[in-house]
Amino acid sequence: MLQSRVTRLGRTALIGIAGALAVSLAGCESERDTGDGDRNETEPFVFGVPTDARTLDPIFTTDGETFRVTRQIYDTLLDHEPGGKEIVGGLAEDWESSDDGLEWTFQLREGVTFHDGEELDGEAVCANFERWHNFEGAYQDTNFTYYWQNMFGGFAENEEDVDTEEKFRSCTADGLTVTIEVAEPSANYPGAFSMATFGIVSPGSLEQIEDDEITSADSAFPDYTQEAGVLAGTGPFKISEWDHGSQEITLERFDDYWGDNAKVKTLIFKTISEETARRQALEAGDIHGYDLAAPGDVEPLKENGFQVPTRDVFNILYLAFQQETTPEFADLEVRQAMAHAVDRQRIVDTILPEGGEVASQFMPPTVDGWSEDVTTYDYDPELAEEMIADAGVDGLTVDFCYVTDTSRPYMPAVRDIFEIISSDLEEVGLSIDPKPMEWDQYIPATNSGKCSLYLLGWTGDFNEGYNFLGTWFDRPSDEWGFENEEIFDLLSEIDRTPDPDERAAKLAEANEVIMDFLPGLPISSSPPAIAFAPDVEPMDVSPLTQEVFADVSFAEE
Amino acid sequence: MFRYIVKRLLQLIPALFGLSILLFFWLRLLPGGPENTLLPDDASAQQREALRESLGLNEPIIVQYGLFLERLGNFDFGNSLQTGRPVMDEFTTRFPATAELAIAAMLIAVCVGIPLGYFAARKRGSFLDSSAVAGSLLGICIPVFFLAAMLKVVFAEKLGWLPSAFRLDAGARFTEITGFRVLDSVLTGEFDVTASALGHLILPGLALSSIPLAVITRMTRASVLEVLGQDYVRTAESKGLQPTVVRTRHVLRNAMLPVITAIGLLTGSLLAGAVLTESVFAFGGIGSFIYESTQQRDYPAILGFLMLIAIIYVVVNLLVDLSYTLFDPRVRVR
Repeated sequence: MLQSRVTRLGRTALIGIAGALAVSLAGCESERDTGDGDRNETEPFVFGVPTDARTLDPIFTTDGETFRVTRQIYDTLLDHEPGGKEIVGGLAEDWESSDDGLEWTFQLREGVTFHDGEELDGEAVCANFERWHNFEGAYQDTNFTYYWQNMFGGFAENEEDVDTEEKFRSCTADGLTVTIEVAEPSANYPGAFSMATFGIVSPGSLEQIEDDEITSADSAFPDYTQEAGVLAGTGPFKISEWDHGSQEITLERFDDYWGDNAKVKTLIFKTISEETARRQALEAGDIHGYDLAAPGDVEPLKENGFQVPTRDVFNILYLAFQQETTPEFADLEVRQAMAHAVDRQRIVDTILPEGGEVASQFMPPTVDGWSEDVTTYDYDPELAEEMIADAGVDGLTVDFCYVTDTSRPYMPAVRDIFEIISSDLEEVGLSIDPKPMEWDQYIPATNSGKCSLYLLGWTGDFNEGYNFLGTWFDRPSDEWGFENEEIFDLLSEIDRTPDPDERAAKLAEANEVIMDFLPGLPISSSPPAIAFAPDVEPMDVSPLTQEVFADVSFAEE
Repeated sequence: MFRYIVKRLLQLIPALFGLSILLFFWLRLLPGGPENTLLPDDASAQQREALRESLGLNEPIIVQYGLFLERLGNFDFGNSLQTGRPVMDEFTTRFPATAELAIAAMLIAVCVGIPLGYFAARKRGSFLDSSAVAGSLLGICIPVFFLAAMLKVVFAEKLGWLPSAFRLDAGARFTEITGFRVLDSVLTGEFDVTASALGHLILPGLALSSIPLAVITRMTRASVLEVLGQDYVRTAESKGLQPTVVRTRHVLRNAMLPVITAIGLLTGSLLAGAVLTESVFAFGGIGSFIYESTQQRDYPAILGFLMLIAIIYVVVNLLVDLSYTLFDPRVRVR
């Protein structure tokens, strides 16, 4: 009797579970069912990103994932051509600088409307620049205003502990004309005006947030930066919701956009921190695209019909030779020997995604100022071995630091790259002492010159060679541990040269001098891979990873 | 009973105090600091140092701890360095995801594990028994991330029956009340959201339930076996009680005490230990946040989250202890 009761109970339970499953599956199905209408109007385009945005006020961050979102909402004075690296007009349709590079005049577009209905004019642009220039207190911390300080210097009144020199002088508006005056010319202009961190918000928004200040010095963003709908921009999308719990940001098409309207009505940025989980979500149809695909996933994705368009390269990975930590590296012959020892082509062929290439200098060929005439160091292990023996450093043990817990767009599969270089260097007579480190240890160790050899790199902010070379070689530093006045002076001169053509010529010369001196070995440039579902019409992919999501759409069936 | 609860909760204070000291000082022993992830790769050593200074990380550690305690007195855990939002807000927005997942996993483990363990013990040596023992061994041995990945490949990617990630499909709209998607949607009558939320819970719930299911099955089996051999069971059977009464009131009820203790401990560990499952299914709970915080040396977030988890752990175990009284009248709380 008990048995029959258990059986009955079991059957009822089974039916219940099956019912619940059926309901949930049906529910999932109904949620995915998008009906027969135009998918661009009815279905959100979901893009998987590795981390959530940090703030909706882009001035406060340096984080690429925040910029991916804010770039769709706020326009900048200048921009980059879709899918390219050339600077083109953004909110300004025309711009020029004075001969001395101290005055930048922008002619704004007519008829540009903010998401809150206000019209764009010069006053609105200046209100933004004046706000940034007048930041006080905790806003002056580098973690809030890093880019402002790097590009436009200090503030109207620097706090006691801020010693950044003021570069921004004034912003003057006359109707649709804006003139920005700076204290000294810099190679960072006009590129800086295209940076997403300097996105323009409406004067009405600025009034609304006037009293909302950062009150503590421990990195809290003001509340308004965490809520949708407070700041209004002029971009093709306006933000409609930010669900912090689900790490999901929803944008809606702005119908009064000054350019071509966005093709999809709703755009969602959804955080999936794990690389494999992003790929699986794309394969399962839960998202329609994602960035930073692992190089090893690219071919399998393509074979299964997914689209992985190749970006042009815009970054550099290098192997640094720290000359102070390892005095033997001060001998040029040793540095040249190491350059000949490393088989960079093998790294490109076996580790990097399609489109990767061996680097001949400390900037990618896509950047103005790249030189064809630099000294090159071909893979020649016999020559390298000979040179090492000649220099008397055969058997020298050197620390080689590499990072274990993260990868960078310029440095995918770090460990594999480290292993190839290590074995190449050991092959020619050096002895490598591997120093694996987490990113958090790695940066202080490389910054303070504790590593004889290490791998690092840079992705350009905009198409300006100084943004690459100046990052490393405009001053003596513990990262490299060398003194070379010729290089330092040349780069300071480049920074003060306002004419872009003249600057490019000097950058080419700097590249040649640097590659003769060989402070490190440029390894490769590598395009970070972006993937889309088969039924998507992708936008033009950007070497600067500045994709315009207004141009993405679902393919017509 | 009330005095007992208050006493147990008061015991939390010294425990939390000790935990805060351990965590605070241990965290500072980790190499590096948040300045390395908060600033871009090209930031200079001086800029990083300036940031440390402004975050107060160069103050003597005792002073930093004093400031931390002062804030804690107001139940303020400070702000997360990686998101710039109050730690408490981060916790309350993420906790429902983890709790919902833990509850789902525990429900699966209890609903399957207890009957399975019970029948395995009753039919000792049968095929069911050996399958249950072998299955539970497998459940403990298979790494959760591997099981999670396999479930995803089969049921989400290949068969397409279930979603591969998230708590709801991206862009799904619903009314949020408590943050618990299933509960909220039932309360508001949005039953399509309920179904979707349940659908999204199946795969991560199954993956996360593997270890608790195995433990509960084995413990139930062992405990039932032990009770079945007790004199009072034989007495009950010999005095002619109905088998159902013997099995439920005498066997199962007495066998449940160790199982309940295990459930309490397992629930606590599920709340804190769902990191891998949450990451694989992009579930967005507290586990993955703690992992990211550790990577980024987000001291306030790690400290706050771990202390809040400790509080929840103690409360869950208190509830479990209180539930003993329902099963064993000899247990009386004082």
